[in-house]
Amino acid sequence: MSERTLYDKVWDRHEVRQLPTGQSQLFVGLHLIHEVTSPQAFGMLEERDLEVAFPDRTYATTDHIVPTKDRSRPFEDEQAEVMLQELEKNTQKYDIEFFDLDSGHQGIVHVVGPEMGLTQPGMTIACGDSHTSTHGAFGSIGMGVGTSQIRDIFATGCIAAEKQDVRRIQVEGSLSEGVYAKDLILRIIDELGVEGGIGYVYEYGGPAIDELDMDGRMSICNMSIEGGARAGYVNPDETTFEYIKGREYAPDDENWDDAVEYWESIRSDEDAEYDDYVEFDADELEPMVTWGITPGQVVGISENTPSLDELPEGDRETAEKAYDHMQLEPGQSMEGVDVDVAFLGSCTNARLSDLREAAEVLEGHEVDPDVKALAVPGSQGVKRRAEEEGIADVFREAGFEWRGAGCSMCLGMNNDQLQGDQLCVSSSNRNYIGRMGSKEGRTVLMSPAMVAAAAVEGEITDVRRMI
Amino acid sequence: MSDTDTDTEIDKNDNDSRKSVRRVTGTGVPLRGDDIDTDQIVPARFLKEVTFENMGNYAFYDARRDDDGELNDHPFNVYNGNILVVNDNFGCGSSREHAPQALMRWGIEGIIGESFAEIFADNCSSLGIPTVTADHETVDEIQSTVEDDPETPIEIRIQDETVTVGDETVDVGIEPSLKEALLEGIWDTTALMKSNLDEVRETYEELPYTSNFD
Repeated sequence: MSERTLYDKVWDRHEVRQLPTGQSQLFVGLHLIHEVTSPQAFGMLEERDLEVAFPDRTYATTDHIVPTKDRSRPFEDEQAEVMLQELEKNTQKYDIEFFDLDSGHQGIVHVVGPEMGLTQPGMTIACGDSHTSTHGAFGSIGMGVGTSQIRDIFATGCIAAEKQDVRRIQVEGSLSEGVYAKDLILRIIDELGVEGGIGYVYEYGGPAIDELDMDGRMSICNMSIEGGARAGYVNPDETTFEYIKGREYAPDDENWDDAVEYWESIRSDEDAEYDDYVEFDADELEPMVTWGITPGQVVGISENTPSLDELPEGDRETAEKAYDHMQLEPGQSMEGVDVDVAFLGSCTNARLSDLREAAEVLEGHEVDPDVKALAVPGSQGVKRRAEEEGIADVFREAGFEWRGAGCSMCLGMNNDQLQGDQLCVSSSNRNYIGRMGSKEGRTVLMSPAMVAAAAVEGEITDVRRMI
Repeated sequence: MSDTDTDTEIDKNDNDSRKSVRRVTGTGVPLRGDDIDTDQIVPARFLKEVTFENMGNYAFYDARRDDDGELNDHPFNVYNGNILVVNDNFGCGSSREHAPQALMRWGIEGIIGESFAEIFADNCSSLGIPTVTADHETVDEIQSTVEDDPETPIEIRIQDETVTVGDETVDVGIEPSLKEALLEGIWDTTALMKSNLDEVRETYEELPYTSNFD
């Protein structure tokens, strides 16, 4: 068992009591909800005639089903319209603040929370979405939960949870030009495996993590779940505080020092004990791309895809299935693979810095005429700022479609979906079969800059040659 | 076919139906492959319903069909069992409870696997579905036995932490908290936690951020 880590300290402060099952009843300091996983939970509340215990700790937005093109109401998709109406009805009924389409703050729940200053260090944060781990970038414990647990949080402010072990992931060195946080997390998942994190929470630290901005840290924590970890976090520091200061829900000037004091108090101690420790070197890292159907099937852009023989026996079957699905061969280079669709978006990489990095690559270039390219900002806030900065124009001029905020193609719950066996280079988090709306569709995960490079070349390419 | 041994009506406070799950008996569905994610268990486009009612129809919807829409030889098309037998990292990916809901409504009452993604296991626990673990060889053997004879009786015994397949009994792993929750019928945690609401309020009051550090 770990001792005096941020995880231990935050856990202790939120543990209400031990349950007879041996689990902890853990208070949830921030509950974020959206349209897809909440209506069933509200339904369960009604069935049991229960109230929302802490509406003031609950915030809603809408992201998964929102169209990114025509957002006029009612939505063309009737089911999507019903989902949104349910959320409108429920947030009103239970007095929950809702960042709706007209609020100017709507967007992907994991982009909106931090952007509004709701996400703060030392909180427990839950949401019915596995990428709640994103919020760990602030030194909070972000946990994805299911709908029955959402019901629990509504009714009691708590979840029944089991404490995990803590693995320290120490990243030495520094990322080189053209290599980003996304490449680092893909490398980490490559090394530790997609189930390597089961039973663990990941604490990321070391010089390369310290150097990252909040957007980069969010990308890393976001994909902790892809490595099997229940949550991932970075200890809060000046970068964190600077990001939060002045945001709408941040502590105001009078209370700022008290806030910082609390936030500093929950940092892992110098002599904290971890259950496991692994080290990575950022210096050696190159842009990473997935070749398969799990985020762990990944290679550096200069490497070839693995031959079946060089994989551990247990991984060969999935690899064979992956090659078959992806229409790729063992031992080939990913560079030069033809691209049909380029998707810049998702809770992993649709923040302002992601769009800036991609725009830098696109400046003065045009998207290959055979590529359909979509830029989907993570929130209305991101969209607005990108438009003010002129980034949106760079995208449009290059031939990208500039869309409204939402989850979009990442999971294909709205109209943005792959058709047939299209190959999509994507800044999102999952390359599972059928993930982007077509069961023959093929997804290759990479950094936003790499997506931009591939869109221009019409094939997967090493972005470092273009910057 | 299915016979889940449960004691109902231990406590009906708060409209909360509690029941203990001591064992699950029936027959198996062998579903081979590692890292079977929740997008495969329920494709995302079926998440656009505001209740779980129809989820059973969507279990492995795409995986069960060929490109022309015809049902293929996916285990869910071939076997009628109520105990799913899976390999490594089952239920990874999205946290959607739609996945275990789909399996449950399809008729799955217990799952034996090499390992489970944590949120998925938690979601199963919330529904009173035991997820028990065994090593690769054991799971492989159970899968083969069911493939050879789909009618082979299987029994998951929670208290003993065993699975009996035909005449053979093997030890399996079960999380202590899940074991306790199933046996005591407290896997539905809402009422249990609600009874501590005063303490919850104390915790809330003591956390400096709930008042925005005022």
